[in-house]
Amino acid sequence: MTISATARSDATLQVAKSWQRQTSLRRLYTILGIGLLLAATLSSMWFADEANAGHFWDRLPHLLDFLSWLIPKDWNDVWRALFDTASPHDTGTQEFNFPLGRVYVWGGFYIPEYFELMLTTLNVALVSTFIGFVLAVPFSFIAARNLTPHPALRLVVKRLMELLRAFPEIVIAGLFAAIVSTGPIAAIIAIGLHSIGALGKLFYEINENIDMRPEEGLRAVGANWFERVRFADLPQVLPNFMSYTLLRVEINVRASTIIGAVGGGGIGEELKLSISRGFGAKTLALVLLLFTTIFIVDQFSAWLRRKLVGEQAFLMRA
Amino acid sequence: MATMTSEQILSIEERYPQVFRRPAYKRFAPLFLFGGILLYLVYALWFFNLPQVMRDSHWERLPLFLTQWISYDLQPEFRLDQPEITPKYPRFSALGENPNPDWVVKNADGTFTILIDGPGKSVTFDKTRATIIANGETVPVALTSGKPVISGPAPGWITAHDDEIVAKMGFVGEVRVTVDRVKVRKRFLGWANFVFDTRSPFFGKSAGEVISLIWSGPELKPGTSNLALAGDNIWNNAQWQHGDVWTKLLQTIVMAFLGTLLGGLVAFPLAFFAARNITPSGLLSQVLKRFFDFMRSVDMLIWALFFTRAFGPGPLAGSAAIFFTEIGTLGKTYSESLENIDDKPREGIKSTGANGLLVQRYGVMPEVIPVFISQTLYQWESNTRGATIIGAVGAGGIGLKLWEAMRTNSNWANVFYMVLLILFVVFIFDNISNFLRRRLSRTIHDYNRIQAEQG
Repeated sequence: MTISATARSDATLQVAKSWQRQTSLRRLYTILGIGLLLAATLSSMWFADEANAGHFWDRLPHLLDFLSWLIPKDWNDVWRALFDTASPHDTGTQEFNFPLGRVYVWGGFYIPEYFELMLTTLNVALVSTFIGFVLAVPFSFIAARNLTPHPALRLVVKRLMELLRAFPEIVIAGLFAAIVSTGPIAAIIAIGLHSIGALGKLFYEINENIDMRPEEGLRAVGANWFERVRFADLPQVLPNFMSYTLLRVEINVRASTIIGAVGGGGIGEELKLSISRGFGAKTLALVLLLFTTIFIVDQFSAWLRRKLVGEQAFLMRA
Repeated sequence: MATMTSEQILSIEERYPQVFRRPAYKRFAPLFLFGGILLYLVYALWFFNLPQVMRDSHWERLPLFLTQWISYDLQPEFRLDQPEITPKYPRFSALGENPNPDWVVKNADGTFTILIDGPGKSVTFDKTRATIIANGETVPVALTSGKPVISGPAPGWITAHDDEIVAKMGFVGEVRVTVDRVKVRKRFLGWANFVFDTRSPFFGKSAGEVISLIWSGPELKPGTSNLALAGDNIWNNAQWQHGDVWTKLLQTIVMAFLGTLLGGLVAFPLAFFAARNITPSGLLSQVLKRFFDFMRSVDMLIWALFFTRAFGPGPLAGSAAIFFTEIGTLGKTYSESLENIDDKPREGIKSTGANGLLVQRYGVMPEVIPVFISQTLYQWESNTRGATIIGAVGAGGIGLKLWEAMRTNSNWANVFYMVLLILFVVFIFDNISNFLRRRLSRTIHDYNRIQAEQG
């Protein structure tokens, strides 16, 4: 915007000038910021490409090569792999030995292998979320500024939760794999510990935003700390706690799949094996099952959360 | 407090029927929920076969592993069946090629004394007998009768096997005596050879000596300055692999950065078409939303495994996996925030006759950009943590290195070193992202305030 020569007073001129200065400074900062980001991105791309086993431009034409092994010769094999029925292509190799995985419950009734593995992964996620919830709730009352029984205790618990949140899950899984042997228990411990930290942080932030009047009322009639927390705070925060816990279930299903792939058992391990050996039908069956399960868990949890806390929970997470 | 009369109680009951006369299913819902959870836990106990797993687990290893995070041990062995007793150290011991520690003492009478924790915890031996001292007790062991024999009663910290006597001295170490050898394990707090490994010419020198060598010493390796040599020795430290660890750490950071940023860039335009209140066609909105759900539900692990096969293991595969998942996650959150914007600025811009693009630029973007950036930073933060795990399945970065250090050689000190680095990086990035988000939320707050003031 240009200042016309007819500008009346010096004051107007001054305001206009400082406004111009401000905008040009802001523009400079924006350009500088974008330039920095661009430089960082380009150098990151170069670095990632250099460090990779195959290079981007060399591999790009072969990106869809995996379709050659992924697409099965007979699409019915996907269903057979999923439900463990015999395939006519079975030649004794691992690629088509579907019925071998059956888990017999009683008599001729069996659970197909992949459903059993999916169940393991889901159970790992649920149990570890439960562990996280049970410990995060008391921690969150201690760590909330307005409810803490003692400021020093608050600091200790806050630091502990930060550590649990940032500590790489894979190290905890590896450590406990050496103690309780590899498998779902190590995964539960790893994801459970992480969930304590992650849920605890969200919970105490909710606690710090409660209406303190019920708490004051209870304090006035001489209620002790447990009674105040139980009857003044908990009823206010429980719907939000449940909502975040459901969100954690979604995250933990994914986490337990990944931990599974590095030795935590469950469907992740099977998927990793199947992809690395190039078993098309098996891989497709696993991806289909995993995809459907995660989709259902997400949608169900979203529906439940909407019932619990209404639409606000879906506003910006920031 | 005065007690209430029954009329008062009844009148309260009368006034609040929604509290006192709730339907049965509502009153018992918490009980059912609690019972359900309890039942599920019992089922999980059975499903994971927890009692059996606990019986088979080795909890005694936990303190051992944890001490290995912050300590190292030296294990000299003394053969007694040779003509002369000489200490033998394992290859690649932390003491280097010419070990001569001051806690191995050759006495004037030909016996050896190993000071495991000063003279209070030590062992003195020759070919015929050994004397173990610890916890204020002295235990003589005779080695002449074909197997080690303790003369007198054995204290609780000594275990006498058929052909071996094991004296455990707690954290500091242990002594194992048989007729033909004495084996000592002495544990030290700290990390061995963290700066220079045993092959380096700077090995075993104090910090002052190293600095003076670098500053003004003669060239240790002709043709290179001492500073360059020291740097090279540290970077290529065989035991700690600083160079490799830091490069891998950078790969992990780059994976999270690239994946999140590129995911955000792709999700940004798509989110406008997916938002119900902005999209030109409802069908397009539905298609895009299902597409976002698909990208999210396929899961980072599946993407990582596929891209590891496509690009080969490395950060490129990891970046691509995070990129694909983030398109879904950010697309979903972006379009949800777009659906929650205030419509008035858009109407205002539209009423001036601006075209579609300009309406978005001036009517929508000022409101959502801070929110978008904040959401992207949040994802960046969580991906920095997530990238570690993806790495372990082959997608590059420090995850794989961590996993190998744990699985192949149980090198817990190295693991702890990497964990500290990761914690440090996560801490720094959390703070950067928190700082930026706090500034942004101030912007959002100001914007809302101005809007409220203007009605």
